[in-house]
Amino acid sequence: MHSTLSFSRATTVPTTNYAFHSQSPINLRFCGLRREAFGISILTRSSSGRVRLSTRGRSKRISASTGNNGTPPKSFDYDLIIIGAGVGGHGAALHAVEKGLKTAIIEGDVVGGTCVNRGCVPSKALLAVSGRMRELQSEHHMKALGLQVSAAGYDRQGVAGHANNLASKIRSNLTNSMKALGVDILTGFGTIVGPQKVKYGKVGFTDNVVTAKDIIIATGSVPFVPKGIEVDGKTVITSDHALKLEFVPDWIAIVGSGYIGLEFSDVYTALGSEVTFIEALDQLMPGFDPEISKLAQRVLINPRKIDYHTGVFATKITPARDGKPVIIELTDAKTKEHKDTLEVDAALIATGRAPFTNGLGLENINVVTQRGFVPVDERMRVIDANGNLVPHLYCIGDANGKMMLAHAASAQGISVVEQVTGRDHVLNHLSVPAACFTHPEISMVGLTEPQAREKAVKEGFEISVAKTSFKANTKALAENEGEGLAKLIYRPDNGEILGVHIFGLHAADLIHEASNAIALGTRIQDIKFAVHAHPTLSEVLDELFKSAKVLDMKTLRKMKS
Amino acid sequence: MQTQLGSAVFPRLLRRSLSYIPSILYSLHSLLNLFHFFRFLSNSSPQSQKHKEMASPFLSNTIISFSSSLSSSSSLPRLAPSIPFSAIRSKSTPRRILTVRSKIREIFMPALSSTMTEGKIVSWVKSEGDVLSKGESVVVVESDKADMDVETFYDGILAAIVVGEGETALVGAAIGVLAETEDEIAEAKAKAASKSGASTPSAPPPAPTPAAASTPAPPKSTPAPAAPTVAEGPTKTVATPYAKKLAKQHKVDIESVVGTGPYGRITPEDIEAAAGLSPSKKNVGLAVVVETKPAAPAKAPAASAAPSSLPPPVPGSTVVPFTTMQSAVSKNMVESLSVPTFRVGYPVTTDALDALYEKVKPKGVTMTALLAKAAAMALAQHPVVNSSCKDGKSFTYNSNINIAVAVAINGGLITPVLQDADKLDLYLLSQKWKELVEKARAKQLQPQEYNSGTFTLSNLGMFGVDRFDAILPPGQGAIMAVGASKPTVVADADGFFSVKNKMLVNVTADHRIIYGADLAAFLQTFSKIVENAESLTL
Repeated sequence: MHSTLSFSRATTVPTTNYAFHSQSPINLRFCGLRREAFGISILTRSSSGRVRLSTRGRSKRISASTGNNGTPPKSFDYDLIIIGAGVGGHGAALHAVEKGLKTAIIEGDVVGGTCVNRGCVPSKALLAVSGRMRELQSEHHMKALGLQVSAAGYDRQGVAGHANNLASKIRSNLTNSMKALGVDILTGFGTIVGPQKVKYGKVGFTDNVVTAKDIIIATGSVPFVPKGIEVDGKTVITSDHALKLEFVPDWIAIVGSGYIGLEFSDVYTALGSEVTFIEALDQLMPGFDPEISKLAQRVLINPRKIDYHTGVFATKITPARDGKPVIIELTDAKTKEHKDTLEVDAALIATGRAPFTNGLGLENINVVTQRGFVPVDERMRVIDANGNLVPHLYCIGDANGKMMLAHAASAQGISVVEQVTGRDHVLNHLSVPAACFTHPEISMVGLTEPQAREKAVKEGFEISVAKTSFKANTKALAENEGEGLAKLIYRPDNGEILGVHIFGLHAADLIHEASNAIALGTRIQDIKFAVHAHPTLSEVLDELFKSAKVLDMKTLRKMKS
Repeated sequence: MQTQLGSAVFPRLLRRSLSYIPSILYSLHSLLNLFHFFRFLSNSSPQSQKHKEMASPFLSNTIISFSSSLSSSSSLPRLAPSIPFSAIRSKSTPRRILTVRSKIREIFMPALSSTMTEGKIVSWVKSEGDVLSKGESVVVVESDKADMDVETFYDGILAAIVVGEGETALVGAAIGVLAETEDEIAEAKAKAASKSGASTPSAPPPAPTPAAASTPAPPKSTPAPAAPTVAEGPTKTVATPYAKKLAKQHKVDIESVVGTGPYGRITPEDIEAAAGLSPSKKNVGLAVVVETKPAAPAKAPAASAAPSSLPPPVPGSTVVPFTTMQSAVSKNMVESLSVPTFRVGYPVTTDALDALYEKVKPKGVTMTALLAKAAAMALAQHPVVNSSCKDGKSFTYNSNINIAVAVAINGGLITPVLQDADKLDLYLLSQKWKELVEKARAKQLQPQEYNSGTFTLSNLGMFGVDRFDAILPPGQGAIMAVGASKPTVVADADGFFSVKNKMLVNVTADHRIIYGADLAAFLQTFSKIVENAESLTL
């Protein structure tokens, strides 16, 4: 362990201005969605597909860690190697090329990772369909607009095809953009064999070993399946299967009411299924601001063909077989007593995602994962078992669990590239927006109201909350979509924006004005003078900022005296 | 008295509510519903005693769920049928239990929006024993639209909370009891206790239930959706989420419904059947018999027979609803069943026609135009075949000969009409036809261009179909189905064999107006015209 430390001193890279806070406690702060996204993963570990690789990694452990320590290669094959070509890796690679780094990306599966192939991208295709179906089926809505449509229908195969086509299109876009820029795409599973050294190769083939000055781990995550649940890929499925839309069940139970579960409930109910939510916490949509989740429940759950069980675990799920339906055993989350048994046509497991870090060879560099996540500091530098930084090794995206969002991974990647090219950079995660693409959409950035209140008490400042309704927005009313709320949590003393939450038409597109303001440190008293085109939905935020009451200097002085 | 109460309080509420608009996304129209607040509180004057009498059956389901089951030996008011408000007003013998002295008031669940049928208590701002003054917020109620503070109209002491936090009560149900002085707290509490013990779910106030309902409504095993978990009844019934919602909405006891869905589960259709609703959700009025007795299961299968009469879909099949055009076709086809039709076939020699076609084809003339022209010319000589029977009592002779021609366009069928086909020459007709087909493909046909036909032509000859019969479209007298023309060996009267091109045409006609001889004569004329095709170009 000493050797690791001395090594890190020996190879100070002049271009990075490391600030050595290696002893600082690693406090992973998860806000809102993030906590929810893997909250349940504390209970059990996933048995993901990495297992077969992990044995391989382990066998090399001793030789690797003793053999390579302290003798870094003199010259490197690459300036930067990224393990995992998901959205995070891609973002990092593009930025690295821009910065003039010789870059390679290692991918064992398909380029694009979860987001493009099994996540955000195909799900948006399904949600685009569900949004239109919902509109066409809403007689009331159509009538209000003076439209007449009879019998909206869909072709399952066509819908599934749209999702699949979109994924392959985006995948080829990503691949081409990297190839065009000269990023080497190395095929195979990447394993770290020592400092600045990675081997990669397909199972059963000889491994290639490459060296790089810096390495970024961006291996992402896989759907988390709690134990007791038997996934057969047909009637008990994860989001990976659901996105293929191989069948539309009459009745589907969705385990987990976070954003994955919510989005799928939107898709399935629009396509005619009935949905039962199973949520371990006492509230549905636990990751969202309570006020937003309450309103969202009124719009997205109550009027739809959805019921729910909260405060229960799905402790056992048996797929449909032998003429029996899918059977779900519910256990009370507190008393641990058997509570109920459900019989449904299908079950979707949306209990969050587990990091995909087994077999990465982390043991070769003395890094121990925490519930599978790679421990990192606020600059995404990997921390080893002794709490020291591992030089030249970074981890971004779902694998570090800081914020399990595709665009957060990409932002972290760019931040790392900035650091290795000589500019210190710390990503402000509170400025990273998140969105849930239901109809209407939910989006958020920064703190929720309870989090802000907690912070305010701890740090001794006041907070205020401003709200505006979509009902007062011309464009929303023109679309006949007046249901919605925008909420701003801010400091009345200095006008700092602490959090913005939007529920309403195109909320996901609207949030960026707020997230940019947070990222750039723009205060309410300044942003409220920015002009918005009329009539647009963006005026909801305009209203919001204008309705906030920031105290002027005179009042402040009076208060202090 | 209620109005008085309301007018005193309304402006204040209005002001308050306005201030909520930015804060709780409170729909504007619900302002109007503030009038419902008039019922919010009532004192114990004889009139409002009756409120209480009414109120007792309106208490929430949730109360029932925590008092688990209803024993039939509880006190009188539980059995009181909920009688329309006006009926109560005229009756004046107060019941024994209601002879409490005044100054004890009940807090009712207010209607916060026009669609609100029940509300959930988010939190009690005040707790039991707190002193309240007029205008203070007492409780926060969550409706289907928003959370609202509910305030008291009276000074007093919150004696008892009948519906606790997180529980749900129907609009108009007592949720708490207010005592005017401390002395009355005990009395108020006793009353509250009797309330919670002696309540049954029932219809909301404005909905009269049949007075014959001598037994209390059956306890519903489905608790309010707000309850943290949905506990099942003693026997395991499986109902889909929407079925549960419907059951609640239509006050159907889910335990009494027999499920017809997969694995015997209760489907929304089962609930609709049990509630006496047609699947289209139209209320059948008096048929809404309150399912009061457990004997209902015997009835339910019969009631649910309708939806199950359709064969169950083959597993893995997909259901694709009709497009507008397909619905129109379907409707017309079913309508056609009311017309008595018959069919007459006729072989037509087409050598002359084929020769003509070869000649005029380069000029843009299509076979469709040729056939339409021939049919039109024949119709001119047989006006009865061009007539229609509109009312079953008369012939309607059409002044124009408009030939509708069936065309398949993707996923549908449409019949563009060649108007005055007998008058236009072949070239104009062909040009017109081309335009119509283009418009049909672009879905730009005007109604006049597809529904003005007096006779229809359907040609499947190009597929090699040798004969078929067509369904007569409503509003027309006859339709001609044209098969393929193919070389056929024919023997003439002298015993000589020759090979001639023949096609079979088959006319379906409305026998109310067109008889066999009419059709035969028409076909003979048609055949002659085709056999002397040169006449078509005249």
